[in-house]
Amino acid sequence: MTRFARYPELDALDLASQACLDAFADGGVGIHDMDVLAAGSLFQPQGFGQRLQKQIGQTGIPVYNVTNACATGATAIRVAYLSIRAGEAQIGLAVGVEQMGKMGLLAGKSRSERKVFEPTGRYEAVTSIDGILGTETMPGVFAQAGTGYAYENEGVGFEQFARVAYKNHLHSTLNPLAQYQKEFSLEQIMGSPVQSYPNTTLMCCPTGDGAAAVVLVSGERLRSMPAEAQQRAVKISASVLTSDPWVESGQVQPDVNTLTRSAAAQAYEAAGVGPEDLDLVELHDCFATAELIHYDNLGLCEPGGAGDFIDSGAPFRDGRLPVNVSGGLISKGHPIGATGVANVYEISTHLRGEAGDRQIEGARVGLAHVIGLGSACGIHILEKAAA
Amino acid sequence: MSDETPARQVPIVGYLELGDDPHLCASECTDCGARYFDRRNACANCGGTGFSQVRVAGAGVLKAYSVVHNAAPGIPVPFVSAIVETEDGTSVRSNVVGLDDPMAAELGMRVELTTYVCGTDDDGTECVAYGYASA
Repeated sequence: MTRFARYPELDALDLASQACLDAFADGGVGIHDMDVLAAGSLFQPQGFGQRLQKQIGQTGIPVYNVTNACATGATAIRVAYLSIRAGEAQIGLAVGVEQMGKMGLLAGKSRSERKVFEPTGRYEAVTSIDGILGTETMPGVFAQAGTGYAYENEGVGFEQFARVAYKNHLHSTLNPLAQYQKEFSLEQIMGSPVQSYPNTTLMCCPTGDGAAAVVLVSGERLRSMPAEAQQRAVKISASVLTSDPWVESGQVQPDVNTLTRSAAAQAYEAAGVGPEDLDLVELHDCFATAELIHYDNLGLCEPGGAGDFIDSGAPFRDGRLPVNVSGGLISKGHPIGATGVANVYEISTHLRGEAGDRQIEGARVGLAHVIGLGSACGIHILEKAAA
Repeated sequence: MSDETPARQVPIVGYLELGDDPHLCASECTDCGARYFDRRNACANCGGTGFSQVRVAGAGVLKAYSVVHNAAPGIPVPFVSAIVETEDGTSVRSNVVGLDDPMAAELGMRVELTTYVCGTDDDGTECVAYGYASA
């Protein structure tokens, strides 16, 4: 993967090409070995995968252009995975990329007063409702997801959310691929400008640029590869994608919980492991409020115990179950299409024992989670190869 | 004289009923009771296609909120974005209005539906929005 950063001098093809070529070099393979390509990006114009082929190799293989909100990267991996599972491919490439620059808030429309109030759309709204009937901004929507959890459960407040951001900024200081690599004190985090309370600026992920790619291979094909490749290969024990099932409150506030809980249950079942078996987790901390509630959604803590979990230090890199040792979206960055691939890259790097200063020693099982509003949740459980 | 004629008023969304007793009106699935505020093709819970119009309770509690300080250009900040659960168990999105200090919003606070004029168009028509005030 590329470092997540801002690359005004490059375009998305440069970033994606670099990630793909790095993945090929890492796996000892090339574009002519690939049977399928899945290319994920939220903001690139259609046909990105084909344009990427025109840079890294036009071999006539099927290309799937993938868009699935913030789960785009995980969905691209799953498309290549499914091709292999279906027997149509033996080896495939999944890449996720985004070049966002300084996009700022990604939702919420400016309200220029309409000349005439006329009902439009399925709600027959006569003007933009953002800011009048609640918020459509991401920091606000995820703030509400966090305060909704605080309403239902004890021991969760501003300080617990801030502590999540403290942890992830701290973790990022060990990750040379992170967009930001700077530690902040809890006071600095709580005192930084409020975006949407309880999310302050230092509790929100930045926009940015970057790409990540993975090569997926069938067990059969892997056995024909060199011993070193077999030893460094990581097993995909579960690959799960869910959408949001109907819940009453989901009509007015995106429900990021139910589909994550469902995906986690399916992933643990498929992998034959439980949360207690995990050595590290990369989860979707687009905002500090989001990370906290996913402790509970992924079963990392006791039900209702996400506040205690962060207060106990469990998800810190020296704690019981390290979460987001990469720095997470909050500090590593969140170039949207790349995020779900980068999380898998991070887990794989630890399982191989190649994570350098940030290595979680002896890591054997890890979980990568992303969620996109709308909604889509992708979970991959990865295990160190037995070889 | 003309300024004594009440301005024409329209609701900000179709599910807000104005008049002497303003309230929200939901489409309720006749099979499973799921409620919706948008135009429906079918029920997302049970797949049923029959709906009746029902009045939503005005009183409720604040079950999630955010004090929004950064929004798109033209939107006044800060404001208190809210998810309210009404007494009849319906989730509604809106703002908490009428607080002197937005940070006075509290989870679990009792609120009541209220309406106010939020804008006027070039024809002089007023847009009426709904919000929730501390009860």
